[in-house]
Amino acid sequence: MEITWTVDGELFVLAVEPRVTVLDALREYLGVNSVKKGCDHGQCGACTALVDGRRVLTCLSLAVQCDGAEITTAAGLGERPVARAFVEHDGFQCGYCTPGQVCSAVGMLDEAARGWPSHVTEDVAADVDGLSDDEIRERMSGNLCRCGAYVNIVAAIREVAERASRAGEGAR
Amino acid sequence: MTDLLRPRAIGTPMERVDGWAKVTGTAPYAFEHPTSAPLYVHPLQAEIARGEVRYIDSHAAEDLDGVAVVLTHENAPRLATDSDAELWVLQTPEVAFRGQLIGAVLAETPEIARQAAGLVRVEYRQEQHDVVLRANHEALYTPEVVNPAFPAESHEGDVEAARPEVVIEQTYTTPMEHNSPMEPHATIASWSNGTLTLHDSTQGVHVMRSRIAPVLGLEPERIRVIAPHVGGGFGSKGTAHAHNILAALAARMAGGRPVKLALTRQQMFALVGYRTPTIQRVRLGADRDGTLSVVAHDVIEQTATVQEFAEQTAVGTRTMYAAPNRRTTHRLAALDVPVPFWMRAPGEAPGMFATEVAMDELAEACGLDPIELRSHNEPAVDPGTGRPFSARHLAECLREGAERFGWAGREPHRDGDWLVGTGVASATYPRYAMPGSTATIRHHAGRYEVLIGAADLGTGTWTALSQIAADALGCHFEDVRLEIGDTDLPAATVAGGSSGLGSWGSTVVDAARRFREKFGTDPDDGDEADGAMPDNPDAQRYSMHSFGAHFAEVRVNADTGEVRVPRMLGVFSVGRVVNPLLARSQLIGGMTMGLSMALHEHSVLDPQFGHVINHDFGQYHIAAHADVADIDAIWLDEHDPHSNPMGSRGVGEIGIVGSPAAIANAAYHATGIRIRDLPITPDKLLR
Amino acid sequence: MNPFDYEQATDVAHAVGAVTRNPGAVFLAGGTNLVDHLKLGVSDPELLVDVSRLPLDEVRELPDGVRVGAAVRNSDLAAHPLIRRRFPVLAQALLAGASGQLRNLATTGGNLMQRTRCPYFQDVTTPCNKRRPGAGCSAIGGHHRDAAILGTSQHCVATHPSDMAVAMAALDGVVRVQGDGGERGIPVAEFHRLPGDEPQRDTVLRHGELITAVDLPGTASRSVYRKVRERASYAFALVSVAAVVEVEDGVVREARIALGGVAHKPWRATQAEDALRGAVVGEQVFRDAAEAELAAAAPLAGNAFKVPMARNTLVAALRQLTGGQR
Repeated sequence: MEITWTVDGELFVLAVEPRVTVLDALREYLGVNSVKKGCDHGQCGACTALVDGRRVLTCLSLAVQCDGAEITTAAGLGERPVARAFVEHDGFQCGYCTPGQVCSAVGMLDEAARGWPSHVTEDVAADVDGLSDDEIRERMSGNLCRCGAYVNIVAAIREVAERASRAGEGAR
Repeated sequence: MTDLLRPRAIGTPMERVDGWAKVTGTAPYAFEHPTSAPLYVHPLQAEIARGEVRYIDSHAAEDLDGVAVVLTHENAPRLATDSDAELWVLQTPEVAFRGQLIGAVLAETPEIARQAAGLVRVEYRQEQHDVVLRANHEALYTPEVVNPAFPAESHEGDVEAARPEVVIEQTYTTPMEHNSPMEPHATIASWSNGTLTLHDSTQGVHVMRSRIAPVLGLEPERIRVIAPHVGGGFGSKGTAHAHNILAALAARMAGGRPVKLALTRQQMFALVGYRTPTIQRVRLGADRDGTLSVVAHDVIEQTATVQEFAEQTAVGTRTMYAAPNRRTTHRLAALDVPVPFWMRAPGEAPGMFATEVAMDELAEACGLDPIELRSHNEPAVDPGTGRPFSARHLAECLREGAERFGWAGREPHRDGDWLVGTGVASATYPRYAMPGSTATIRHHAGRYEVLIGAADLGTGTWTALSQIAADALGCHFEDVRLEIGDTDLPAATVAGGSSGLGSWGSTVVDAARRFREKFGTDPDDGDEADGAMPDNPDAQRYSMHSFGAHFAEVRVNADTGEVRVPRMLGVFSVGRVVNPLLARSQLIGGMTMGLSMALHEHSVLDPQFGHVINHDFGQYHIAAHADVADIDAIWLDEHDPHSNPMGSRGVGEIGIVGSPAAIANAAYHATGIRIRDLPITPDKLLR
Repeated sequence: MNPFDYEQATDVAHAVGAVTRNPGAVFLAGGTNLVDHLKLGVSDPELLVDVSRLPLDEVRELPDGVRVGAAVRNSDLAAHPLIRRRFPVLAQALLAGASGQLRNLATTGGNLMQRTRCPYFQDVTTPCNKRRPGAGCSAIGGHHRDAAILGTSQHCVATHPSDMAVAMAALDGVVRVQGDGGERGIPVAEFHRLPGDEPQRDTVLRHGELITAVDLPGTASRSVYRKVRERASYAFALVSVAAVVEVEDGVVREARIALGGVAHKPWRATQAEDALRGAVVGEQVFRDAAEAELAAAAPLAGNAFKVPMARNTLVAALRQLTGGQR
C-alpha cells in the first residue's frame, strides 16, 4: 500500500505492506533512526515520536493506519529547550532511550499545559496547575532508562517546565 | 606510580561531547549504520532445553518470496575450532539449553525473515532437562577459579571451631537477573575481499575481534569491528555471544550482501548472558561489643553445561571485614541453561547484598547501631591479602553519609498508611586495570588526534578520555580530537570491571608523554607517537578498592505491602573523579539499578520448559521513572596516588554494590520483616 | 507475523459487514494489544478492518448518564471534564493504566477488547488452552504469580488486564454493540467471560459485532480506583479495586465494587456489596465484606498472596471513600 507522511518536515511517499509498523518503516525503509527499537512491544518507550502532535509508540502503530500523518522525531524537534536541558543536566548516558524520552517530555508538557490530570494528581476533577516532580515522574513512566538517568531527566524537565510557567507560555 | 597529572580539564563537569547527537537521536548505533541492500537475519531458537535437532524442514520458509536462505547446522559454513563452546554455533545438532541458536532465516525484509522463521518445522530428540538450582544439587562442584581469576575458596582460622558470643547464620538468595540494556544486541556483518566487517554493539571492539577470530579461523587483522556508540551493556556486551558468530556465518551465505541481525528483546533472555541466581549462606560471629571473630560466606550458584562462568559472589567479603576465622567458598551446578556472564558488578552486587544484610542483623543482635558496628570492624590492612590499602575511606563515607542523610536518632515511624524506615549498607569494588591497551597521538591541522579503540556505552568516554588527553598533553580540551570504537584504531581493553577509563587513560597519558618527549610543545603536522598501558608496580604492593556507604529510606504500605524508596544517598571513595557531571550520572545510575535489583528484577526460569518465561519489559520489570525519587551520589575529595596517573579508581559499578542491602535493611527497619530473598515484593511484606 | 490485508472502514455498517463476512477478519483500533499479538504470533488474522477513524470519538451527556464513543482515546477520556467530575473512579482507572503514549493510542472499545494476560498465552512456544484449546494450561503448574484467584477453571487462570473495564463494571456501564442483525446492549460486568471450558473466548461478543459506545448511567462522584502493583507505574495490577459508595448518616446506602487482577474478567464483587449495603461504616464491616467476597477464592501456590492483598486493598479503598480511620 502507498502512504504519505511528513517526517520532521520532509514529505515521504512510501509503499509498505500492512504489517509494517511505523517504527520499522521509519528505521528500515526511510532511514530515520532517531526513533529507537528497544522492545518492539510497547513496553519501553524508546520508539516514542509525536504523531499529529501526540506522543505515541511507533512500534505498536501500523504504518498504513497513519497515512497522511505528520511525524516528529527527536531529530525534527531540533534545538528545543527540552533537548538542551537534557544535555545540561546529563539526562542520559547511553543515549538509546533518549530521543524517546525527549519526544515524550515534549508531548507530556503539552498534555499538562492542556490541564490533563495524571495517576498521581490528588483530585482528578480539579484543574491541574504546575508539575511537581512526582507528576513529572508519573507522566514520564512510559519511558524506561536502563542506565538510570531518571533523576537527571526529571531535573531537566523540571527546569523546562518552570521556565515555561514563568514565561506563561507553552513549554515547547 | 608515575606522576599524577595536574588536573585542569580533569575534574571539570563538562557536558558530553556526543550529547547533542544523542538527544536528537542522530548518534549512530550498530543497527543504524547505513547499509546498502542488506539481508535481514531472524534467528531460530531451540524449543527444548536438552537433546538434539533430529530434523529441520525449511522448505516452506525457503519457498517464501523474499527469503534468500535458511541457515541450519546442516548447511552452515564450518567454524575453525570448538574450543570456545558458546561460539560453536550451528556446527552440531545438539541442544544444550532452550533458546540456543539452531538456525536463521535470511530475507529481503525483517517482516519476511520473521514470518519465514515461523514456517521452519523442527523435530527434536528431547532429553530430560535439569534447570533448577538447589542448595542440595547432587552435581555441585568447586570451580578452579572464579571470575576473573580469584581462588574459589579462602580459609583462615577455623570457622567451625570458633565459639563467638553472638552468631548470625542465615541463607540469602538473589534471583537470575538480566542486563537488559535498552539497545538490543545487534550486528551488521559484511564480507569483502576476505575481510569481515562487523558494526556491533559491543563494550570492546578488540575484545570482540580477538574472541571471534580463532572461531572463524581468521587472522584478527581480517576482522574489523566498529562501535562508535553503544546503547548500554552493563556487561552483556563485554564479549562476543553466539549471535555474533551467527551473523558472520549468515554473511558468508549472503552472496556478498551485508546482513543485519538484531536480537529481539525476548531472544536476549537466552543469548547474551545474565546474572546467575545465588544461594548464599552467611555466618557472622562476634563478641557482644561487635568485634567480628567469624566471617563465613558460602555461595551456591549456577553455570551452563555449555561453558563455565563462575561468578565471584563471595570475593567482596574477603576485603570487607577482618576476623580471625574466615571462610569463603563458591560451588557451582552446571545446568541445562544459557551461559551466565557479567552483569554490573558481578560478584559484589549479589554478594554484598548477603553480607550487608547479615551485618544489619548482627548489629541488631549486638544492640549496636549498624554504622557503629561497621566502623568498629574497619580493618587496618586488606584482610584478604594482608596488603595495605591504597586508600580505605569507608568509615569517612559512613560518617559523611550519616550526617547528610540525617541518620542520628532514626526511628521507624508511620506516615498515614505508610510505614517508614531507614537503612544503611557498605560497598566495595576492586580497582581493576587491564593490561594491553595502546594509543596513538598524532598532530594534525593544529589539533591532537588521540586514537584508541575504546568504547563508550554511555559511560562518557568520548568526553572524559578527551579531558584526560588534554591534561596529559597540556593542551586545551578543544584541541583534542578523540577517535574510539574501531579496531582500525590502536588496541584497547574492554569497558568492564570499572576499568575502562583508568586503563585507557593511563595508556593515553603514556602516549602523550612519549609524544611530548619526541616533539616538544610545538610539533609539526603529522608528528605522531605511540603509547601503551604502563606497568604499575604499586598494584603488587597495595590493595586498591573503591568503597561506598549507601543510605536508603523506604516506605511500605501497611495495607498492600507496596514498597517505595523516596530517598537514597550514596557516599563514595573512588579516587579522583575525572568528570563530576558524568561520574555522578554513573553512580546514580548504579544506585538506580540497585534499587531495581532490590524491588523488581527476577528472571523466572520455568522448570517445565527451561526458558525465562517473563522475557520482556512488560514482565521483567526494571525501575521506571515513578520508582526513582530523590537519589543523590557524592564522593570524598581525594585522589589515589597508587592507582593511575589520574588518581582515579572507576565509578561504573560501585553504585550498584550495597544499595539493595541498604533498601532491604530499611524495609526491615520500617516493618520488622527481614527480607533475605530478593526482590523485595509486596507479597513478602503483606500482613 | 503473517501478511494480512488492511481495510479502512468508512462507516459502522461497512465495518461490521466486512468482518462478519470474513471469519479471518478482526477489527483494529488503537492497535496497542492487537499489533503486539500479531508480532508474537498470538493473533493471525487475514484482514484487519480499521475502525479507529470512525466517527465514534465523542463523549456526550445523556439524560441520565454519559455516552463514551468506542473510538475515544483513553487519554482523552481520562482528561474529559464530564468523566473527571462525574466518574472520578473511571478517570483514575484510565490514568493508572499503561503509559501516556499508550493511552494516546488506546481506545475505549479496544481497551475492552484487549485479551487476558498470561506469560504462556503470550509465548507461542508453550502450550496454552486459550491459543489452542485442549493443549493444556502451562500456568497452573508454572509461573502464575499474576494469575486469577476467582472464577478460574482447570483450563485457564489468566487475568483480564484492563483498569478501565474494572471501573466501568463498578459503574454499571453498558457496552453498546452493533452486529449484522442490529444493536444490543451488554452490561460491562457481563461483557467478559470466565474461562470455563472455553478459555479461548474472552467476551460474549459474536464475530463481527462492533463496540460503538459505552453508556455510563448516573453519576458517581464518591468513587475511587486503587491499583496495587510492584512497580509504581507502567505495570499491570496485582490487584485493583474500583469502588462507588454512598453513605448516609454513617450507613452504607449503596456500594458498587469491582476487582481487577483477580479473574478472567473484571470481577463485580456482589457478595461484598450485599454485606455492605445497610451496614454501619467501620473497619470490621469492610473486612467482613471483603472476606465474604473472597471466600470463594481458589488461588494457586504462587498467587495465594492475592487473597489477603485484595482483601486489604478493598478495605483500604472503602476506608478512603468513607473517610474512616483505621
